[in-house]
Amino acid sequence: MSEPATLVTMELMGKEYRVPSGLTILAAMEYAGYKLVRGVGCRGGFCGACPTLYRREGSHRIFTALACQTLVEDGMCLVQIPFVPAPTKPYDLHSITPQSTTLLRFFPEIAGCVACNTCTRSCPQGLPVMDYIQAALRGDIERVAMLSFDCIACGICSSRCPADIKHYAVGLLARRLYGKYLVPPSADLALRVGEIEAGRYDAELRELMELPLADLRARYEQRTFEPAADQNGEYSATRRYNSPMDPVDYQDELEGV
Amino acid sequence: MELINGYPASMRESIALVERTRPARLGRTFPAMSLDERKALLLAHHPDYQAHAKRPLRFGPSKGMLLNHELADLFEARPLVRPDLDVSTIDADVDLLVIGGGGAGTVAAIWAVQSGLDPARVLIATKLRHGDSNSTMAQGGIQAADRPEDSPVQHFLDVMGGGHFTNRPDLVRALVSDAPLIIQWHERLGVMYDKDSQGRFVENPGGGTSRNRMHSARDYTGLEIMRVLRDEARNLGIRVIEFSPAIELLCDDWGHVAGAVLLNLETRRYHIVRAAATVLTTGGLGRVHIQRFPTTNHYGATGDGLVLAYRVGAELVDLDAVQYHPTGAAFPAQMAGLLITEKVRGLGAQPLNRLGEQFVFPLEPRDVEAAAFIRECGERGLGIPTPHGICGVWLDAPMVDLLHGPGTIRAALPAMYRMYMRFGIDMTRDPILVFPTLHYQNGGVAADEHGATRVPGLFVAGEVMGGIHGKNRLMGNSLLDFNVFGRRAGIAAAHYARTHRPGRLSLAHVAEYERMLREAGIETTRTAPRILPDYRGKEALERYLDVPV
Repeated sequence: MSEPATLVTMELMGKEYRVPSGLTILAAMEYAGYKLVRGVGCRGGFCGACPTLYRREGSHRIFTALACQTLVEDGMCLVQIPFVPAPTKPYDLHSITPQSTTLLRFFPEIAGCVACNTCTRSCPQGLPVMDYIQAALRGDIERVAMLSFDCIACGICSSRCPADIKHYAVGLLARRLYGKYLVPPSADLALRVGEIEAGRYDAELRELMELPLADLRARYEQRTFEPAADQNGEYSATRRYNSPMDPVDYQDELEGV
Repeated sequence: MELINGYPASMRESIALVERTRPARLGRTFPAMSLDERKALLLAHHPDYQAHAKRPLRFGPSKGMLLNHELADLFEARPLVRPDLDVSTIDADVDLLVIGGGGAGTVAAIWAVQSGLDPARVLIATKLRHGDSNSTMAQGGIQAADRPEDSPVQHFLDVMGGGHFTNRPDLVRALVSDAPLIIQWHERLGVMYDKDSQGRFVENPGGGTSRNRMHSARDYTGLEIMRVLRDEARNLGIRVIEFSPAIELLCDDWGHVAGAVLLNLETRRYHIVRAAATVLTTGGLGRVHIQRFPTTNHYGATGDGLVLAYRVGAELVDLDAVQYHPTGAAFPAQMAGLLITEKVRGLGAQPLNRLGEQFVFPLEPRDVEAAAFIRECGERGLGIPTPHGICGVWLDAPMVDLLHGPGTIRAALPAMYRMYMRFGIDMTRDPILVFPTLHYQNGGVAADEHGATRVPGLFVAGEVMGGIHGKNRLMGNSLLDFNVFGRRAGIAAAHYARTHRPGRLSLAHVAEYERMLREAGIETTRTAPRILPDYRGKEALERYLDVPV
């Protein structure tokens, strides 16, 4: 069975608590008696609801984390940020023509980036945030889309930025522009939509719906299976994400494998 | 506890066996089961089929339905408001109220506006933040039969078989026929699916699918779809009120649904919304921890919508079946229950027992796969024990890179890789330990193919709606489901709102529900909806004082 946990001392919102080591920050707050409403969401690192700022004993730095993905440490002194306000002007994606100046036009504040790299250092996803803001300044929509893809919009970058940039909103617009205008639409999909709209499958589906259960089961058992797709093609999305120009280089991480 | 690259020595012994059998397993996959073998396994080992865990619902339109005790408790609970609550002052008067700000709710609101409703008269009310939902957490993909080798007919067969032929065929037809339309809508919204340079989707298999039709956006598919939908809703000017769950529906004199009582979670002030039409999109129930299983679900997934709908007279369907995702994380303890996307198996990782042996086809439908894991850890005693007292089976993740080339895990499963690295485990080198986790509410509120329930004015979509998946949902059909039925419910509700005006607001159904509870002999202090689960520490609660401050 489980071993008894040792206790660590941490400072939560300015008060000291003793909590078992090995808990996430979120679980530690609940252990201490908090019933969370703000600062908690999916509890799995996907929604960005639990951004946390903390300091460590003996360090002058402010560290950042997602409370659901980070373990408590002895001497940690932390506070949660409920959210970072970032209202953006509405836009109509469907009437934008993407150009090298588009991102700058919607987010002129990116021109104030002083390249301090605080956003990158504070990103709990480990994304190169400053690099994609610089790419946005150059008008490289594809690069912004690629580098920002894993963003969960926790907003920590924006809370720490001296130039008041709304990084994650810039990334979102870039990704939508890329997905809509820069990647070709699927020809197979368009064909299939046309077939469906023309009623090509109506009769077959109706026939299946009316089959007696035993016949339907037989049809199911007689299905043939397609082999798994070949993932080794030139443009395989599992090798290079989404684009032959994927600027994220995994090579450095593969060395020594 | 001493860890060697994330694992204790006791688990390392078993990992050595996994590594020893790996070369021989690379080209060899355990065979799939027949329908009869599946049935026998489910009956013996799946939690849904354990009779002692359930009791029949004792009143109302779905009286007699067998429900897990935790779920039955939700229905056998007192409403949070009394029938005499003053509802005469209306705080918001709208054409459409959407309850739930996840995928289904956002899609419904967008399509209601596309169908002509004024966005200023559409209101999304949500318990936490807009987009905080299971939709955001979905990783693996979304199904749509759009390749020449595939067809909606083939998709239909897969869905029906996966659900053990208990699905409602008209709903399945809607699901598979609309699927390609939804993907095309997403293309136009700028959802960044994995594609090659020609615009062809990269499509993988999933458990129970006979064709490769899983469209994905790395392993952030739900996040990518949700953040685009949320952005679109904001740009359309749709109103959203956050941290304000519905705690009761409102009816009018004719018993038609006409809005809801919302509760501001911070001020505890209630808020009356009158609406010509109401779409309920509250999602699922993982956070009620059926049979004490951990869950992959969002913090707000407490099954609220089921109770609200039942109190106004809606019917339930297939709620006796809940889905346990075969691959929840089992180690380390901090990750227990978190989702390990089925895409890991879709890319070739095999499940293995303590001896490093295969024991099941990696891509059976989820309930079958989960039952096989439970049998391996239970009856067969071949699970891998963890220091925190639970057992699991291996998922041989490094196979993904061996099969598809180095770098595949980093590129196609960045969320999984990142999550394990945070806890010191490198899944490109070591297998990961998994055990079934509570994942999805297969059934829900009964509705037609436009999301209309039998109560006029009340529409449902997404996980709260039942019938589509029967007793078991396949991977990639929940992202699809909330888009298909969110859209349909939004369009149908907009039409309804244009042709109906609500009458005087009433909570008479609350009094009626209280009466049914009494007549069924249920005396309880439990209340529902649950709103949020309670994970406060025992030590803290022992000294908790409920005093006004």
